[in-house]
Amino acid sequence: MSTDASPSRRGRIWFDALSAGGGMVATGLPSVCVADAPLGNATARFIAVVPDAHNRFPRARSGEVGLDEGWALARHVRAAISDDAKGWRRPLIAIVDVSSQAYGRREELLGIHLACAAAADAYASARLAGHPVIALLVGKAMSGAFLAHGYQANRIIALDSPEVMVHAMGKQAAARVTRTSVEKLEKLGEQFAPIAYDIRSYAKLGLLHKLIEGIAADAPTHTDIERVRAALVSAIADTRAGAPDLTSRLTSSAARETRAASVEVRRRLAEQWHGAHLGRS
Amino acid sequence: MSVTAPRLDYRHFLERRSFIEMGARERVRAVLDAGSMRELLGPFDRIKSPWLPLQGIVAQADDGVVLARGTLDGTPALVAAIESAYQGGSMGEVSGAKIAGALELACKEWEQGRPILPVLLFETGGVRLQEANLGLAAIAEIHAAIIALRRHVPVVGVIAGMVGCFGGMSLAAAMCSRLIVTRQARLGMNGPEVIEQEAGIEELDAMDRALIWSLIGGEQRRATGLADDLLEDDANTIAAAIRQAFLTAAVAPARSAQVERYAELLRRIDPKDPPDPQSLRTLWNPEAPA
Repeated sequence: MSTDASPSRRGRIWFDALSAGGGMVATGLPSVCVADAPLGNATARFIAVVPDAHNRFPRARSGEVGLDEGWALARHVRAAISDDAKGWRRPLIAIVDVSSQAYGRREELLGIHLACAAAADAYASARLAGHPVIALLVGKAMSGAFLAHGYQANRIIALDSPEVMVHAMGKQAAARVTRTSVEKLEKLGEQFAPIAYDIRSYAKLGLLHKLIEGIAADAPTHTDIERVRAALVSAIADTRAGAPDLTSRLTSSAARETRAASVEVRRRLAEQWHGAHLGRS
Repeated sequence: MSVTAPRLDYRHFLERRSFIEMGARERVRAVLDAGSMRELLGPFDRIKSPWLPLQGIVAQADDGVVLARGTLDGTPALVAAIESAYQGGSMGEVSGAKIAGALELACKEWEQGRPILPVLLFETGGVRLQEANLGLAAIAEIHAAIIALRRHVPVVGVIAGMVGCFGGMSLAAAMCSRLIVTRQARLGMNGPEVIEQEAGIEELDAMDRALIWSLIGGEQRRATGLADDLLEDDANTIAAAIRQAFLTAAVAPARSAQVERYAELLRRIDPKDPPDPQSLRTLWNPEAPA
């Protein structure tokens, strides 16, 4: 069972803070917040998944990415793609505070995998269409929920806060699946950065564009909000100057060290691709 | 769309070559034109997981993914197959990078005007938890590569069984232009054990195999329009269906890109009175006129 006492408000706090002065986009879904709001000298689309105690799907009431949420994300990302098809591509900012995808037999039957795929597909398509897509991690970025909402971003930035976490599976479930204990899992995480949950360990993997330190994540001051805005603007500029793919996750100095195998696999594959090196390795 | 019911002819049954019983390498060989398979980053290249030995687990020399170039009816092809016998077909840094990297190279082929047909043979529990965040990151890169490649060519996926396709890789299956399954296949985001852990045994009893297949089995997925072809467990049938899929898939966008269609199907659902698997087949019947 989930051990969280009450759903996180981080996503809502940062959505409200960053979208202030903008126009809310009606999603028909209290759990999916979308707004077009000023950022730097232009307008960006801010998107967040937030808790909704009255969600029609009970397993998606605590800020999980459920069936409705996945499809709503896909719709509002794709709406930006089609609106901007003939002109300037607005940045898309995914504000990430998602504890998990919705777990339930109803969800499986009704294709939660497809709903989450649709969201990821939409973000990836936006990125390829030239929209800078930035993920801002303000709380949990867990597993399939993060794949659906944020992991297709050109750049990932995060607040340096103990509640900001990235992982493939909640601790209890991960312990059960790997037939170990939560305590042992936490010990392993201290040893190996890829297994850890905290954002500082994640920052060592080379996947993160920027870790923003010293922000009051639960009650941001005006200065905090302006610092995060500046980080977003700078990540957007960096994105526009680079390729629309995810190669920046392989080229940072941290990536070259921790993800050396990811780089090496691609190098060797390219060598063998045309068959010239057949039998020489 | 075609549903091939198992034929009852015993001679046919005896002549079948079970695809499910094949390992990943054998599956790739069975799919490609005879004699055309050239493996990339094979076991002799010894590119293994750097993370498993540090945790006292023996690393296999191909990290559980078999990649090969070859041909399908003479057209260049790339087949990636996941070996379920190794670490449950889990995606680690290396196995994930092999699939993502190969799809990225296939995309480059198309950008340079050289056709290549991509096929993914799924058999995976999702992220390898011993490599956790690097596995998850690799899966995001696989998603990115499928979406990028799909602009040029259909991406065809196969889930044969018996492991099935779970976790982040279930999203990859949903992104395929065409998805082939058998009755033994399962396609779900959260494995039954994880649902039981997170939501309680009253939500789902992970030991109840009949219930699990009724929810996420290949036949149910095909009957509710979440997979395209339901095939019997026969290597020749599956190999032929893959070739056919490249012809049929070109006309329709991938499932994960059909937002209005599936969002509309979901609106028909009342969570207070959820359909059972059988009534969902009627409600979402893919053969019914839209």
